[in-house]
Amino acid sequence: MNLGTRKLLDRSFTSVGIGSIVIMALALMVVLVPIVTNGLGAVFFTGTVEHRKMLLSEFNRGDSRELETAIASSDRYRAKVYEMLSGFESEMAAMTPERQDEYRPKYGQVKTAVQALLGPLPGDPEPMLTRFKYGQTRWEKAEEKLHDLLYETKWDNSDPNAMSKEYFANRSESFAGTSLVKLFPYVRENMSNMLLPEFTVYWGFITDSSVDSHIFGGIWPEIQGTFFLAVGAMLFAFPLGVIAAVYFTEYAKSGFFNSMLRSANSTLAGVPSIVFGMFGLAFFINTLKVSESKSVIAGSLTLAIMILPTIIRAAEEAILAVPKTYREASLSLGSTKWNTIATVILPAALPGILTGGVISLGRAAGETAPIIFTAAVSVGSAIGLADVFSSPTPALSWNIYNLASEHEAAAQIRHVQYGMVLALVSIVLLLNLSAIVLRARISKKLKG
Amino acid sequence: MLMTDDVTVTSPDVPAQKSTREIYLPPARKKITGGGTPHIVAKEFSIYYGEFEAVKKVSADILSKYVTAIIGPSGCGKSTFLRSINRMNDLIPNSHTTGSIFFDGADIYGRYTDEVLLRKKVGMVFQKPNPFPKSIFDNIAYGPRLHGVNDKKTLADIVERSLKKAALWSEVCDRLDKNALGLSGGQQQRLCVARTLAVEPEVLLLDEPTSALDPKATAKIEDLIQELRGSYTIMIVTHNMQQASRVSDYTMFFYEGMLVEHASTAQLFTNPRDSMTEDYITGRFS
Repeated sequence: MNLGTRKLLDRSFTSVGIGSIVIMALALMVVLVPIVTNGLGAVFFTGTVEHRKMLLSEFNRGDSRELETAIASSDRYRAKVYEMLSGFESEMAAMTPERQDEYRPKYGQVKTAVQALLGPLPGDPEPMLTRFKYGQTRWEKAEEKLHDLLYETKWDNSDPNAMSKEYFANRSESFAGTSLVKLFPYVRENMSNMLLPEFTVYWGFITDSSVDSHIFGGIWPEIQGTFFLAVGAMLFAFPLGVIAAVYFTEYAKSGFFNSMLRSANSTLAGVPSIVFGMFGLAFFINTLKVSESKSVIAGSLTLAIMILPTIIRAAEEAILAVPKTYREASLSLGSTKWNTIATVILPAALPGILTGGVISLGRAAGETAPIIFTAAVSVGSAIGLADVFSSPTPALSWNIYNLASEHEAAAQIRHVQYGMVLALVSIVLLLNLSAIVLRARISKKLKG
Repeated sequence: MLMTDDVTVTSPDVPAQKSTREIYLPPARKKITGGGTPHIVAKEFSIYYGEFEAVKKVSADILSKYVTAIIGPSGCGKSTFLRSINRMNDLIPNSHTTGSIFFDGADIYGRYTDEVLLRKKVGMVFQKPNPFPKSIFDNIAYGPRLHGVNDKKTLADIVERSLKKAALWSEVCDRLDKNALGLSGGQQQRLCVARTLAVEPEVLLLDEPTSALDPKATAKIEDLIQELRGSYTIMIVTHNMQQASRVSDYTMFFYEGMLVEHASTAQLFTNPRDSMTEDYITGRFS
């Protein structure tokens, strides 16, 4: 091959490499940027007076005197809305029964929309569910609810061959000629007076328990559950994995039994995680009965089995990468095999072993399937350390899925889902980052 | 090959041979007291790697407190023989031995021999400096700690004494807590000698200890061997015949796994009995 071709090949390979890295970086941006921006929305947002009310009565947080003034000022504007509503009610009572029948359902919708926006009306009975005790706590949600109040959603079915089309009908037209017409422009103009939006930083999203299955409050139970599950899995898997790796590399004789063990280990690494979940249910809960039903310990054990092959593989490679000369030096000084492993081989292999461990920890934190049957519940409070043997726990991975697909108010709490996703991604990133730092520090110490 | 041919053409010249031998004449040395008894005794000793016989029926007496050099071309089994004395060949799978080799009268490959105890008494320094990735202090203290010395004062004494014996103390005494991998190659090798000395062995095996070092560091190691001569039984494998003649009292010449000649260094280099030895030391083959 002549020089020109060689240079051309080198150059084209370099550009292909750079290109693929750029594509990867772009893909990462496309994924990460929405996660970060939407996820931060759970902590930084424009909150309304309803949010402050909720914080004070559910978490006893905030300045009650300041809040009282705010409530008093917003109530002054709200009073007019309630006045108009009751005015229309008495107007409706005076109508003919036919007209009453015509207006009652329409008025019902308006009333519901006002309740959704501002919370229970004066004279309403105390709602059973916390979610109905407050109006909209977030400004962007309040604007959505305002739209629901101003416009009626209707479906256009005129073309039988096409899908029905959604369109919005102005409610003020349906109430033309009644006193309620004035309500719509009034609410629209006095929205901010009634809800008093201000920029809110809600760190409680990370440290609070959830209220009424994530409608309000934070995700601390999930974060703590994820932590318990992942750390528990490591407590089981890390020592076992390192011991197994030492056995494979230092003690195992090459034979049928050991090559079977090795290939079994490699196969285990490729088993789908849902299979581990089923196995965990069948083995740890039904057979070993480590707990009555789902529990943190059962989930941790299942996750431990799942990450064990990875830890063994990483530790094996790290041990094999220790220079043979260290072993020779130690043995020639009259060290026993075990002493050599404990004082020379393992310390030198530590960076690699730890890296494998922390990456597995990240994986255990993020896995959903193994904990569905063994540990995760969709709603729950943070559990104490003593309860890990008996209680299930909410966990980020499972609750992200649950909030996105199974929650009855999924559309209302997108910000919570994104917040959870950002929390999980941050935890995994943080773990991997700490692995890199740890590795660098130990390597530096080893290299001198 | 070309060079070897050249040498063959010109070398039958007798005066030239004489001058070559003069280079190999060992220098005057200090007198050794109390040594000279057979310390390591090989009897019909063979080592096999699988089917391959790497060392063939070697019989030899290695005298205590003297320096014995092992020379020979690459692959002649000299390193294998050396490594068998503290059973480092155990690490190689599929290796086994026949015959016997005795250390202080006990069979090294005997059934009841504790190889850990043996290695404590027979220390080894390797071709490439191999300090542990620990501090200088911990490197030296590693052996004593293994053997149960935990007292800080005693350890510090041992470290100082070992480093002084290895002629490294003055260079590292102010940075004992620094990582040993930060030392130069020659310093690392002397550190390895000090580390070996710290467990107070009786025998010191040196497997081409200077092949990875520059001439200056090599000279220091050779001086060190002279210092240690008389206190330890030293065996050194080397490719460098001048080095063998400079440092050793006795020399063994190995060829293709066989011990061809074993004699005092002065005799082996000036008046070899075997023609193969003569060919090797005069550079007819290597």
